[in-house]
Amino acid sequence: MTTPPKPAPAAAGSRAGMKKELPERFKSYQHVWVFIEYEHGEVHPVGLELLGEGRKLADKLGVELAGVLVGAGREGLRQAAVEAWEHGADLVYVVDHPTLEHYRNDPYSQVLTELVNTYKPEVLLLGATVLGRDLAGSVATTVLTGLTADCTELAIDDDRCLAATRPTFGGSLLCTIFTLNTRPQMATIRPRVMAMPPRQPGRTGRLIEHKVALHEADIVTKVLRFVADRDSSKAQLAYADIVVAGGLGLRSPENLQHVRALASALGGDWGGSRPLVQKGWMPADRQIGQTGKTIRPKLYIAAGISGAIQHRVGVEGADLIIAINTDPHAPIFDFAHLGIVADAVELLPALTEAFRKRLSVNRLAG
Amino acid sequence: MHIVVCIKQVPDSAQIRVHPVTNTIMRQGVPTIINPYDLFALEEALRLRDKVGGEVTVLTMGPPMAEDALRKALGIGANRGVLLTDRFFAGSDTLATSFALAQAVRKIGETWGAPEVVFTGKQTIDGDTAQVGPGIARRLGLNQLTYVAAINAIDLEAGTIAVARRAEGGVQELSTKLPALITMLEGTNEIRRGTVPDVLRAARAKIEVWNAAAAGITEVGMCGLRGSPTVVKRVFAPTPRAAKAEQVEAKDRPYEAVAEDVMERIFAAQPAMEAELMRTAAGY
Repeated sequence: MTTPPKPAPAAAGSRAGMKKELPERFKSYQHVWVFIEYEHGEVHPVGLELLGEGRKLADKLGVELAGVLVGAGREGLRQAAVEAWEHGADLVYVVDHPTLEHYRNDPYSQVLTELVNTYKPEVLLLGATVLGRDLAGSVATTVLTGLTADCTELAIDDDRCLAATRPTFGGSLLCTIFTLNTRPQMATIRPRVMAMPPRQPGRTGRLIEHKVALHEADIVTKVLRFVADRDSSKAQLAYADIVVAGGLGLRSPENLQHVRALASALGGDWGGSRPLVQKGWMPADRQIGQTGKTIRPKLYIAAGISGAIQHRVGVEGADLIIAINTDPHAPIFDFAHLGIVADAVELLPALTEAFRKRLSVNRLAG
Repeated sequence: MHIVVCIKQVPDSAQIRVHPVTNTIMRQGVPTIINPYDLFALEEALRLRDKVGGEVTVLTMGPPMAEDALRKALGIGANRGVLLTDRFFAGSDTLATSFALAQAVRKIGETWGAPEVVFTGKQTIDGDTAQVGPGIARRLGLNQLTYVAAINAIDLEAGTIAVARRAEGGVQELSTKLPALITMLEGTNEIRRGTVPDVLRAARAKIEVWNAAAAGITEVGMCGLRGSPTVVKRVFAPTPRAAKAEQVEAKDRPYEAVAEDVMERIFAAQPAMEAELMRTAAGY
């Protein structure tokens, strides 16, 4: 907790000495792109969040912000384009083809590669979702460019390069990564890491429909079935207004019940830190942190979580962070707003009780 | 059938420490393990081999000491270990890593038969990028199946495979043609304990050690630092917030009183929350 925030001069394996020389053929690459996931008739919120961030980058560069929409169904894609404009896109590239109804790596990466090679963006952002990661790795390898995963901060440096910051070494440090000699500069960002920009109803833009020559017969991978998740909690956790989470300070998996009880009293959702998944105390989709869910609730209560960077980057966007930990030197007190040095196993039930009482009194009074 | 499993030796992340002054990683004395996500890939490969027959070759790229990871994999039941190690590979990012590994898989195919399936874990615990698997698939033209939860069917004669994979908002059941690359989802199987004969064999087994040339890599410009489009410019510790957390005193006080205090502070900081909670509690 006392580590001073000083940059390392040159860490092991650093390539800080390399020069930026952008080959001539990449100099025509311009504009910032956001790949907007559109499936089952819906736009994934992460695409809109990235438009908010992409807007800032485009403004700094003095270029346009484009959304990329790939899917099947004219009307749905048209609606999605409106959403993109209203969240900051100047133009939207739309690829509408029956083979693109369900995500498949092969046709999607063909299409995105073709768009990149045709219209030449300098920055390409994708959500670090299951889909985005599957797609980004293929496209970056095909066009032989740099791809930085799970960025937590994006900026434009003095040389108009994208500075992509992400946690490294299992989340104990942060590093800033550049793609100097190739274009586009690609990055993935997890859902909820960037704030959702305010919607500007009526804001409009251009639409460029790009025709592709795809044939179902040429695509060897077939979707046999799609079984939608019955439990939509996975989405709820990332987008919940109130989240209570537990860490190893709970001492036993049984004590997670206190976390769940408080979350339920507050009408929120619950989760935990990475060690709880590694120990098998809870399923991986409940994990909060860099390699789990990123959350931006109005209230976050961390019970018995020490607060390693890997966890910190997943919760920093919360409006109010309450930390309960027996160790007064735990790093979580460095970024929490309110700290209580106490045993979470004892304090959680007392908090649940206090909230229950207050809310029932209010209900009677109201 | 021939199956190749790509694994990585990683530092046990639970034991990594950062030097408080220089912000560099203190690697000394940190034990190494096989990337935990790769164990699901290895186990799935062994199950497939046990079912349809054939061989499992385990491939890793890393420093000479990464041989330990291969020996562990042999002890668990893999048939053959290949270590790709060369100073040309130092400083590889994910693009350069997938280039070297893809070349090595190609060479493995020429030497012991083309693999029908290449497995990787879904990501590593040190890099956490999930980019190398898709990179290998793309370079070798393998049909890419990421985040696979189960292999539902494989037909070597027809050259087809069917899997269930984690997709956005649900599970996608796919069929595709072999050869394919599978990245295995965590928690989908349990790694076996090696048999006594396997463990004994692993200790004495000859590990194939390949440098770039032995793996058939002539374009060293595609490897290591030179082959890596991404450049790490700065490594740093995060800034602590200017203000430390405000404290609610808990020492020698009943938990009920502390809880009351905490609740009041929450409502003071989030004035709209109490009304919202009340509405929810009332069932509106």
